[in-house]
Amino acid sequence: MTALAMAVSDSLTITRRNLIKVKRVPDLIVFATLSPIMFVLLFRYVFGSAIPVPGGLSYAEFLLPGIFAQTVVFGSTITGASLAEDLQKGLIDRFRSLPMARSAVLVGRTVADLLLNVLTIAVMMITGFVVGWRIHTSVGEAVLGVLLLLAFAYAMSWVMAFVGLLVRTPEVVNNASFIVIFPITFIANTFVPIDNFPSALKTFAEWNPVSAVVQGARELFGNVVPGAPEPTGWALQNPVLYVFIWVAIFLAVFVPLAVRTYRRTAGR
Amino acid sequence: MTDAIVVEGLAKRFGATTALDGVDLTVTEGSVLGLLGPNGAGKTTVVRILTTLLLADAGRAEVVGLDVVRDADAVRAAIGLTGQYAAVDEYLTGFENLEMVGRLYHLPKAEARSRAGELLERFDLSGAADRPAKTYSGGMRRRLDIAASLINRPRILFLDEPTTGLDPRSRLAMWEFIAELADGGTTILLTTQYLEEADRLADRMVVIDRGRVIARGTADDLKAQVGGQRLEFTLSRALDLPEVAKRLRPLAVEDARIDEQTRRLSLPVHGGTEVLAESLRLLEGSGAEVLDVGLRRPDLDDVFLTLTGHAADDAVTRGDTQAEPAPAAGGTR
Repeated sequence: MTALAMAVSDSLTITRRNLIKVKRVPDLIVFATLSPIMFVLLFRYVFGSAIPVPGGLSYAEFLLPGIFAQTVVFGSTITGASLAEDLQKGLIDRFRSLPMARSAVLVGRTVADLLLNVLTIAVMMITGFVVGWRIHTSVGEAVLGVLLLLAFAYAMSWVMAFVGLLVRTPEVVNNASFIVIFPITFIANTFVPIDNFPSALKTFAEWNPVSAVVQGARELFGNVVPGAPEPTGWALQNPVLYVFIWVAIFLAVFVPLAVRTYRRTAGR
Repeated sequence: MTDAIVVEGLAKRFGATTALDGVDLTVTEGSVLGLLGPNGAGKTTVVRILTTLLLADAGRAEVVGLDVVRDADAVRAAIGLTGQYAAVDEYLTGFENLEMVGRLYHLPKAEARSRAGELLERFDLSGAADRPAKTYSGGMRRRLDIAASLINRPRILFLDEPTTGLDPRSRLAMWEFIAELADGGTTILLTTQYLEEADRLADRMVVIDRGRVIARGTADDLKAQVGGQRLEFTLSRALDLPEVAKRLRPLAVEDARIDEQTRRLSLPVHGGTEVLAESLRLLEGSGAEVLDVGLRRPDLDDVFLTLTGHAADDAVTRGDTQAEPAPAAGGTR
């Protein structure tokens, strides 16, 4: 078997193993999809009445792309926590003692989490339709919108894979990453327009890749008012390009870092 | 007879602590080596280096003639490893666990599946094959773990404390499985803190303490190294122990070992049955009620105590260089 064929085969084996867990522990899916549904309902009906959206857009239309982005960013912690759990239970030791591709455990993990994200986004879109969110663009643009979300989620998964192997305790991975993930999802255009942010926060929000994911998704799903003023800052004016630059940087840095850490990591 | 494992001058430090300080050992193809030592002696570190999980700071290690660093992948294909903690995926069934490991050894799908079925049968897990490993008992998990390490029919099997934490019955069953594998010609390196386990399973033993080899040989070699006989008394009351020890002192060649918990007293002596008869005479009128008395050869516990200055299950601080004066037995072959 060539090295590439081996890497693909091993990664598929690990992906399958991770998906079996999802099947055996349905709570995972339930919680992964319930919390975004809860966020949709809370923001739509509690804050929605008080948050003015520029151009007279309905808050549901404004909100949903934000929820999509927030959910996939939060979901990336699953990658880190699962790897930390495997490490704790000695499974990584077992995998490392097998003649398998050194990248397969991480590729299999991130691919399984990517597939989980496809499901989560589907559930959120259905919920969105129920509360009044609509897609106003072509199928091609809408698909690109989903791909934008998935690409960013996948890149974040690799960041968290590295964190998980470094931190080694699932609970710590969760707690530590929320300290970063909460600010980056909230200091952004996710739930409210950023025009009235204090200037330092506004600058952060303008260059925050999560803002660009949200802005890109809004444009690709058509959740912006035609003729509304352009967002400020190059990043938000070119959100799709800006997001893919981040995706490329994350992958270029964290794939090798995570694989290197995996090769050297030792269980308990 | 060729050597399946050759280790020379292996050294490893973790920060300020020295885990291994120049370990040499060889394992003959088809034999079982017991790697003995107290907690923190460096047993697991040796196994981790030999199974390519950890890089040594110095020294060389070869497994089936392959360097564990340069030919790591080839080594991995030739070995099986069962670590201290049963490394099974608890969400997967027993069958799925074995099938997955078989696939990761790059067995064709059909072969991975038939091998999984075979091993489940052999380790008495067929009835639980389709249950998630989460529902398994400790002993079942450990058996599944060993089964996983056998998928590829390894020439060399590493068992790191395979019975730690098992109840006596599971331990006995595990011993039988290991003995069967050894009879089948698998080379086994077994680490353990249980001297009885090593005595029963291993052809040769290497005793390490604080990262150094302090003794090696067969169980008989090690016992001979300690030498002499032991006079052993079990009393009905622990409070009689000091008096008994005092009365028997004239017979002892070394200090007596007293265990209040088991109310047992063990006395190194020279001589045979006449010493035993003499000891009973010395105890006449002492008032101590003797439940059991006997003369026996030193067991591995005595070996351990003599060699390391502490019992096998006493934890020592890893890398504690203020070693108690261990007898100059290191390096004997």
